[in-house]
Amino acid sequence: MARALQPYAAVVGVRFRMLLQYRAAALAGLWTQLVFGMVLIMIYEGFYRSSTADVQPMAFPQVASYVWLGQALLAMLPWNIDRELHAMVRSGAVAYELCRPVDLYGLWYARAVAHRTAPTVLRAVPMVMFATVVLPLVGLDEWRLEPPVSLAAGAGFALALGCALALACAISTLVNITMLWTIQNDGVLIIVTSVVSLLSGLLVPLPLLPDWAQPVVRWLPFAGVLDLPYRIYNGHIAPDGLPLVLARQLGWTLALVALGRWWLGRGMRRLVVQGG
Amino acid sequence: MPQIVVEGLVKTFTVPERAPGLWGAVRGIARRRVRTVRALDGVSFAIERGELVGYIGPNGAGKSTTVKVLAGILVPDGGRCEVAGRVPWKQRIAHVGDIGVVFGHRTQLWWDLPVVESFDLLRDIYRVPADRYARARDAMIALLDLEPLLDVPVRQLSLGQRMRCDLAAALLHAPAILFLDEPTIGLDAVSKLAVRDFVKQLNREHGVTVILTTHDMDDIEALCTRVVVIASGKILSDGGLAELRAQVTRERWLTVDLVDPDAALDEPGATVIKRDGHRACLAFDPQVVAPAELIRRVTSRHAISDLFVENPPIETIVARLYAAHGGPV
Repeated sequence: MARALQPYAAVVGVRFRMLLQYRAAALAGLWTQLVFGMVLIMIYEGFYRSSTADVQPMAFPQVASYVWLGQALLAMLPWNIDRELHAMVRSGAVAYELCRPVDLYGLWYARAVAHRTAPTVLRAVPMVMFATVVLPLVGLDEWRLEPPVSLAAGAGFALALGCALALACAISTLVNITMLWTIQNDGVLIIVTSVVSLLSGLLVPLPLLPDWAQPVVRWLPFAGVLDLPYRIYNGHIAPDGLPLVLARQLGWTLALVALGRWWLGRGMRRLVVQGG
Repeated sequence: MPQIVVEGLVKTFTVPERAPGLWGAVRGIARRRVRTVRALDGVSFAIERGELVGYIGPNGAGKSTTVKVLAGILVPDGGRCEVAGRVPWKQRIAHVGDIGVVFGHRTQLWWDLPVVESFDLLRDIYRVPADRYARARDAMIALLDLEPLLDVPVRQLSLGQRMRCDLAAALLHAPAILFLDEPTIGLDAVSKLAVRDFVKQLNREHGVTVILTTHDMDDIEALCTRVVVIASGKILSDGGLAELRAQVTRERWLTVDLVDPDAALDEPGATVIKRDGHRACLAFDPQVVAPAELIRRVTSRHAISDLFVENPPIETIVARLYAAHGGPV
């Protein structure tokens, strides 16, 4: 088993270390995200203060935690493409990957794992520091990121976050596969970015969406990459709801991996390496 | 049984076409015209274990397409192909674990990694056991003089250095067959010689089968015992260099340095193909005029300071062969 996974683990390791070098980009993104997180929380605070309803779908401190988690783990969301892979598809170099004795989908998935984790590590640490330490210090205690509501919630969050990563990488790989058809996939990317940020709960925590939308977002895969683990963290989903959450995440992961494998196989057959 | 068997291989590509200009672009939206190009049109050959075969042809002849099919990258439309008993595109993973491939115009190393880390990554990708890897790597480092390059990121290497590293990278997993697609393209004279020496040694001493595509006829003359010529997707010639010559022309060249640069050279059975100052070059067919007879006639009529007889360069032979079959495509 270890030997079977050796090539993929090596690719993850190498890509991860390489992507850790992009510290300046992470730092620049961090600032934008801090402002974005603050603005989101201000908006929700305004809504919550002016609301006349007695019971909200989610308490305000839960919303604040949810928003900060979203900002801290933003890079884990499948909202962008692997630029290097994009360049390889455009130049036709991607076909040369077939010279390697590895499964191509596995290779692309391994790249996605590194691409979804390295930037997240760079951003999450300072973001969590800001949201847990700095905010209370400047008198914005209500806006802070609270610790998990219980030990069980913390452990459940860790598990669900792992599955969220697996699912995010499956979606990421699918998005990367669309490059084989479009070459210039800015259009696909715009759609994916907006769909993912809305349906995962990044912009609006999913429980705050209208009632009619609830059944839809609940059964789409995107809730699994953000909403479900975050709601375990902030106690919106009780720990006994964890098995269902994990089942949904893993079910979608398996389905999307199967779809991706099939689709990549078709795409590579279509691909013609330039040059005679 | 030969190690590589190719029979009636066919591969067609469809190329989208559109008329030039704005109107062409507009029409292209409504109706896409495609043109079919036969990159391989019934290619057949067989290669035995340990051969060093040159595979040449003009641009667009189908050389790279053949290599890509053999390397498991492209799926052909028809024909049979077996390498070491495997069909490359059907048993791709097992197949590519047993071959090495070097493409001269693109590196297979990782641009941002130091050379040695690229090698380590290849060890993991090819699942080479640690002790075998260490031996292969150290042997490559010694043979190709890579020691000073190991910690340099690939993007900072010169073309010649990169090619040496690429060669090493293709051989770390000890493949039985090595495909070299234009390995000397763009290299300086010293690097070319280094690459040739290495390939020769690899073939002679380790019995690695080598298939070499190139436009550099010096590569062919220095390395190959057998040359396969392809043009427009068809095999034109397959055999030793001498046979290739014999197939195209029996012509020999007599070069003489005349004392008098204005002397008129007019010998029956020979044609002057070049004159440059004192030097003149006569082409003749040795079956029409014996070389000794021609030399006797020229020396008896003119004052000569030097002379030599040679075969036309292989470059000329190949150019004539290409031209005879429709010319470069």
